[in-house]
Amino acid sequence: MPLATPLKNLDRELGRFHGRIKAGAAFVALLAVALLGRGFYLQIMQNEYYNQRAENNRISLVPVAPNRGLILDRKGRILAENYSAYTLELARAQPRELEATLAEVGKLIKITPGELRSFRRLLAESHEFETVPLKSKLTDEEVAILAANHYRLPGVEVKARLFRNYQAGAGMSHVVGFIGRINDRDLKALRESGREQNYRGTVHIGKTGLEQSYETVLHGRTGFDQMETDASGRAVRALSRIPPVPGKDLRLYLDRDLQAIAEQAFGDYTGGLVALDPNTGGVLALVSKPGFDPNLFIDGIDPETWKALNDSPERPMVNRALRGLYPPGSTIKPFMALAGLELGVRKPTDLTVDPGYFSLPNSTHQFRDWKHGGHGLVDMRRAIAQSCDTYFYKLAFDMGIDRMHDYLAKFGFGEKTGIDLDGESPGLLPSREWKQRRWKKEWYPGETVIAGIGQGYHLATPLQLATAVAMIANGGKRIEPRLVQAMRDPFTHAWQPQPVAVRGQLAIKPEDLAVIRQGMIDTMRPGGTAAAAAAGAPYTIAGKTGTAQVVGIKQGARYDAATLSRKNRDHALFIAYAPAENPTIAVAVLVENGGHGGSAAAPIARAVFDYYLTGKRPGKIQPEGSDASD
Amino acid sequence: MPRISHWALSGLRHVDGILLTLVLLMLGISLAVVTSASGESPARISGHLVNMGLALLVMVMIANVPPHLLSKAGPPLYVAGVVLLVGVALFGEVRNGARRWLNLGFAFQPSELLKLALPLMLAWYFHRNEAVLRAKHYLVGGVLLLVPFLLILRQPDLGTALMLGASGFYLLFFAGLPWKVIVGGAALGAASLPVVWGFMHDYQQRRVLMLLDPSSDPLGAGYHIIQSTIAIGSGGLFGKGWMQGTQNQLDFIPERTTDFIYAVFGEEFGYAGAILLVGLYLAIVARGLTIAARAPTLFGRLMAATLSLNLFTYVFVNMGMVSGILPVVGVPLPLMSYGGTALVTLLLGVGIMMSVATHRQLNKS
Repeated sequence: MPLATPLKNLDRELGRFHGRIKAGAAFVALLAVALLGRGFYLQIMQNEYYNQRAENNRISLVPVAPNRGLILDRKGRILAENYSAYTLELARAQPRELEATLAEVGKLIKITPGELRSFRRLLAESHEFETVPLKSKLTDEEVAILAANHYRLPGVEVKARLFRNYQAGAGMSHVVGFIGRINDRDLKALRESGREQNYRGTVHIGKTGLEQSYETVLHGRTGFDQMETDASGRAVRALSRIPPVPGKDLRLYLDRDLQAIAEQAFGDYTGGLVALDPNTGGVLALVSKPGFDPNLFIDGIDPETWKALNDSPERPMVNRALRGLYPPGSTIKPFMALAGLELGVRKPTDLTVDPGYFSLPNSTHQFRDWKHGGHGLVDMRRAIAQSCDTYFYKLAFDMGIDRMHDYLAKFGFGEKTGIDLDGESPGLLPSREWKQRRWKKEWYPGETVIAGIGQGYHLATPLQLATAVAMIANGGKRIEPRLVQAMRDPFTHAWQPQPVAVRGQLAIKPEDLAVIRQGMIDTMRPGGTAAAAAAGAPYTIAGKTGTAQVVGIKQGARYDAATLSRKNRDHALFIAYAPAENPTIAVAVLVENGGHGGSAAAPIARAVFDYYLTGKRPGKIQPEGSDASD
Repeated sequence: MPRISHWALSGLRHVDGILLTLVLLMLGISLAVVTSASGESPARISGHLVNMGLALLVMVMIANVPPHLLSKAGPPLYVAGVVLLVGVALFGEVRNGARRWLNLGFAFQPSELLKLALPLMLAWYFHRNEAVLRAKHYLVGGVLLLVPFLLILRQPDLGTALMLGASGFYLLFFAGLPWKVIVGGAALGAASLPVVWGFMHDYQQRRVLMLLDPSSDPLGAGYHIIQSTIAIGSGGLFGKGWMQGTQNQLDFIPERTTDFIYAVFGEEFGYAGAILLVGLYLAIVARGLTIAARAPTLFGRLMAATLSLNLFTYVFVNMGMVSGILPVVGVPLPLMSYGGTALVTLLLGVGIMMSVATHRQLNKS
């Protein structure tokens, strides 16, 4: 070592250093190859894949909700309309950012816990690129505050959305129904019917009434904006657009004024009314009292109001016209009479002696007539006009339940009418088989007897009574009731009339029908049960009163309205059409606990007739709960 | 006036033309990419220009300092750096769970200082003992390396510690550390990986795991890697064009003027751009190694070679991270990323190379 010359040592050292430099250069080259290899893989081999991912990042399809169709009455007056209001919506973001934004927004405007709850629910349900509504119907001030702070609220958008307004309020609530926010159940139904895609961007869906049954027509088709979006989800510019197709407007047969008059005519009674055009099946008025304010439901009703509506003994949420089940009472008699004639059980002139009751052979049980002491000798016309129970007890007994059931079924009893509203009840038309099936019991003759005056098991909705009486008015044509008369094409704005849905024609001998009609005309004349209600009318009404028992009256006891509390009083019924010679309107009225059909229900029908046929508006109408004849 | 211009001209005498050309080319590209990545922010662009001017000035000034004077700065800078690191360990500020900053009126990371101080110190030390180099000198060199390495590792700052460790290792390597020690050390290191893993902090482990599967956390930290990979991959062969990168323009790339600037570059200039960029870096490295090979003193050789390799290590770690083959470490891309400190430190290193390159004759005399 000490002998080694410094110079040689230096050369060797330098040589070694140059070796190391080469090694270092090789190392660097290796790293460079790794980098460029990675670059080749990403940019050349996988370019297409990453290009697609970059495009997916950049482009989002923003759904454009279509304008919902309007609902108009027969004269084109608005029942359900849209108005624009601002909503506060948030783009999806990473959870931490979203919470920060929510907190920031909460400092600027008031967000209720309920709004926050429904926001979180919607967030979980909605699609990736949709903004999620947080608060709707912003005030001008709130819009201004949000606009001023927009720069520091990434992903926050103030959007103009369309909202629904129901001008007619409670009066139309059971016809028009309402829309509400799409919930889990709606979403599931949409998914199952394959309509989910069309509801991206849509917040509301029809829940009841026409809004529900015509949902697909009213909704329209969702359009899409292809947007360039930045990383925080904010749209930068629009690239292309598939425009939405607006929903169709609906024009109803229903007359808004007629509906209002009918509704007011009930006073503070509850009940239901259906007025039909017997020639088309068009629903001119459909009342269920009481109604409710449909506007409350659009953005979620608050729990207190909901509880109040649901717990109310008057049950405003139930559509009585469609779903209310009542014994038809004496309103069944014209149909019974027609059955008697058509089946050859009675001739119009056959007389029945009415001692005030009817008894089955070998029985002492008395089926009492409503009139103490009876009507004496009655033929068919008088039996209808005076609503003689004994006549129909006997007729029913002679006819038997099987024939009675089969004939009444032809008028649609026990079957859905097919109206263009969801949730209709089929009612109940009893038969031997039905009783066996339902109660595992045989049918008793006494049950046939009371069925002859519409008591017992028989249950009908006001809508069924209206369609049935319309058949008497139009000569036996069975037509499905329709609310919607025409739909408007969103592009041509032309009204497309909807077809009249005739289900069938019942063959009735004209002379038989004439007898029944005459009996119903007599009902409205002096001596008839609803004479008072027809007094002074410039047209002829054909009608039939009825009473449906709410509590049973014991054998030998007498019904005394005065001693019964109101909720135990009988339901008053009335079916009618007018003008008798050439009917253009048929009505069924049910007044809950109204007492007698002639005094409580018939005046309501009269008010409807007056306005529809003569344009006369009623003065002050208050149906009396009197104890006049049935 | 003539005196000033004369002074300026004589100053430029020590500037290496090739290195200067390469550096200016890089800075030009950097300016273009920062302009695009910042959305043409005037503040960013002018700030970048000021940083460049300052760094170039520092480079020229250092180039004029003879290497033997530069070597004398090694020990004091090294000692100061280590003292400050101890100070950090005792009084440092904690940010994001790590004790890295020292409050000297401004926030200061002593680890920055050591990036140059450690090679200077080691080069000075080996230069001084050039004639009598034995095994013990490598041992002392190793200790000089380990002291700041461990202090930084404790902060904890694995990324910086490794980068510093690499620069120290390069120096030992060029100083002639025997291959059997290197190979043996590498084998030992590989064997001890599981142990190191056990000592790693949660967030460090997560970063490594995320590299293996970035989609496991697509909205968290993995988001950065995913988005930068998409940006680079979607660039294709020729890129989407300057200011045309959608990942860039629409905010999908995080930290895109600084650590992730290569994602913007890759998206807008494509694979062709990447080849050019890597080529430029390789040219700088080649020039640096040439300077090292020709340098008359051991100090000059060690510094020029180490700084060259160090520069490319930064390039590799940054580009590897942005294109998804290395874990996310907060390392800027040399000469490209926005940021004054890094640029000044880097051009200071280039200045040292220039000094080594241009003081051959003077030193000989």
